[in-house]
Amino acid sequence: MARIKLKDIRHAYTANPASDADYALKRVDHVFEDGGAYALLGPSGCGKTTLLNIISGLLRPSEGAILFDSQDVTDLATEERNIAQVFQFPVVYDTMTVYDNLAFPLRNRGVPEDEVARRVREVIAMLGLEGQARRRARGLTSDEKQKISLGRGLVRADVNAILFDEPLTVIDPHLKWQLRTQLKELHHRFGHTMVYVTHDQTEALTFADTVVVMYEGEVVQFGTPEELFERPSHTFVGYFIGSPGMNLLPARVEGRTAHLGSQTIELPGAPGALGAKRLELGIRPEFVRLGREGMPVSIRKVEDIGRKKIVHVELEGENIAAVIDEDLEVPAEPRVSFDPAHLSLYADSWRVEMEARP
Amino acid sequence: MTKTWNNKAWFMVLPVLLLVAFNAVIPLMTVVNYSVQETFGNNLFFFEGVRWYEEVLASSRFHAALGRQFLFTFIILAIEIPLGVAVALAMPRSGPWVSVCLVFMALPLLVPWNVVGAMWNIFALPDIGLLGRSINALGIDYNFTQQPLSAWFTVVLMDVWHWTSLVVLLAYAGLRSIPDAYYQAAKIDGASRLAVFRYIQLPKMSRVLTIAVLLRFIDSFMIYTEPFVLTGGGPGNATTFLSIDLVKAALGEFNLGIAAAMSIIYFLMTLLVCWVFYTAMTNYYDGER
Repeated sequence: MARIKLKDIRHAYTANPASDADYALKRVDHVFEDGGAYALLGPSGCGKTTLLNIISGLLRPSEGAILFDSQDVTDLATEERNIAQVFQFPVVYDTMTVYDNLAFPLRNRGVPEDEVARRVREVIAMLGLEGQARRRARGLTSDEKQKISLGRGLVRADVNAILFDEPLTVIDPHLKWQLRTQLKELHHRFGHTMVYVTHDQTEALTFADTVVVMYEGEVVQFGTPEELFERPSHTFVGYFIGSPGMNLLPARVEGRTAHLGSQTIELPGAPGALGAKRLELGIRPEFVRLGREGMPVSIRKVEDIGRKKIVHVELEGENIAAVIDEDLEVPAEPRVSFDPAHLSLYADSWRVEMEARP
Repeated sequence: MTKTWNNKAWFMVLPVLLLVAFNAVIPLMTVVNYSVQETFGNNLFFFEGVRWYEEVLASSRFHAALGRQFLFTFIILAIEIPLGVAVALAMPRSGPWVSVCLVFMALPLLVPWNVVGAMWNIFALPDIGLLGRSINALGIDYNFTQQPLSAWFTVVLMDVWHWTSLVVLLAYAGLRSIPDAYYQAAKIDGASRLAVFRYIQLPKMSRVLTIAVLLRFIDSFMIYTEPFVLTGGGPGNATTFLSIDLVKAALGEFNLGIAAAMSIIYFLMTLLVCWVFYTAMTNYYDGER
């Protein structure tokens, strides 16, 4: 087990990257603490898998260094890094039995056969593959094959980290929950450092203690699920986390006052010098109050999602979503106000802190 | 109520039936016809039953040709399949060199059989051929027109040169179809290069390799033109394979009955081997589902 430090990692798939746009990973400088459960979250093509493959050594970063504890492993081959990785699509060794498939990573490392048997049996029991242990892997369903791939990742006790690259994509939804819960349990039991790549926010938020949100080759936020929700540090996080995502409204700011078209909003504090950046106010739909006070809006659409309602309104030509309790009546002349404690200000998409002055 | 039996449907398969009849069944039946009769010229035929079959099956000449045929096929399979796999493994997986390699690989396959024979004949001549002179210059006495061993060496080398490419192309296609994730997983699992070959590449290539073996078996079992042009079946009968012997019997000696019986036996053997291969292959892959 190890603490993984990424030092100024950049990666380009082309030979001579000229501009930032050529980099699949623009700059990553973070530490994955020993025994942590991390999720790399982001849309397809944001660099999640690139980052994962750099950690496991399948890719060598164009620039920067990777440290496991204090050892620099940048130039070490995958085999020497003692990492387990599970891929998106099942990889099984067709001609081997299920048992031999799971034993393969251990036997390659010269683990004694009685130890192999003990570990493999444990993993087989955990994955519920008891009936298939002696079967050839070739004839299995893709669910079962992916379980074997997972199993091969989990069978080694002494790995530095276990990396998961969207491992549950091919698994059916019911089994998905079950396997994810098992992974969580394993994490609690053995305390491996686990990094889990996904584009599904529910998966990320339920699995991880710390979520790393990536967007266009950059880490835009590194924080707990709560932090991502309460204080998104980039408009992308606001938009990507939560359902519906954060409302973002173009605004002008003067001192402690934000102008939204003809409306003005008191900010909780005054931001520093903002220069000529593009400013947006961010407010989560959960913190938009709909009632008889505030700024006048017109209702566009109401969606009933069970215990809550999502109300889409128009304010000064901008669309805003508000989440309200189901039994709350929408007034005839609706107005909205924003909870000041949950207002965020973004300059060129990045969050700006607003100091509360006395 | 609805008519389930409509004889007009038979007309639909008629064109295929005609085609198959003219290009396979009728020629085969004429051979069968010859194989049960004795001919004295002037189109005089007498029914002889299975006499020609008994004679062919009992003749030491046929046994010898058959033996040479199996030996040849075995040798070239034993060389071409492993060599083809080895070359395919050594070829680049991506980049501009892939097409260059593929074109070079495909070149021998495009040369007509008799040209291959003629090329190698001249190439291997001990007095003027580059290969023949070079081998002799190394101090090895080599003359494929006089020594059976030299003749075999040349015929085998020629076939390897001509047909290994086919195995390479098939094996390469098999290798290319393996997703990168397999190699990555093998690295993670700490597999050695040998284990990657044994547990990933070979199983994934097994299907195309079976086809390669089948194709090379059939082709080499029926080989005629190349050895005919190169050695003419000689020296003596050293490289007289089944098809060469057949042509000798039919056109050289005009033993139509014997030649026809040989043809039928030859045909049935090829058919049998193909059937065995086919059954083995389908059974093997049915187990996968």
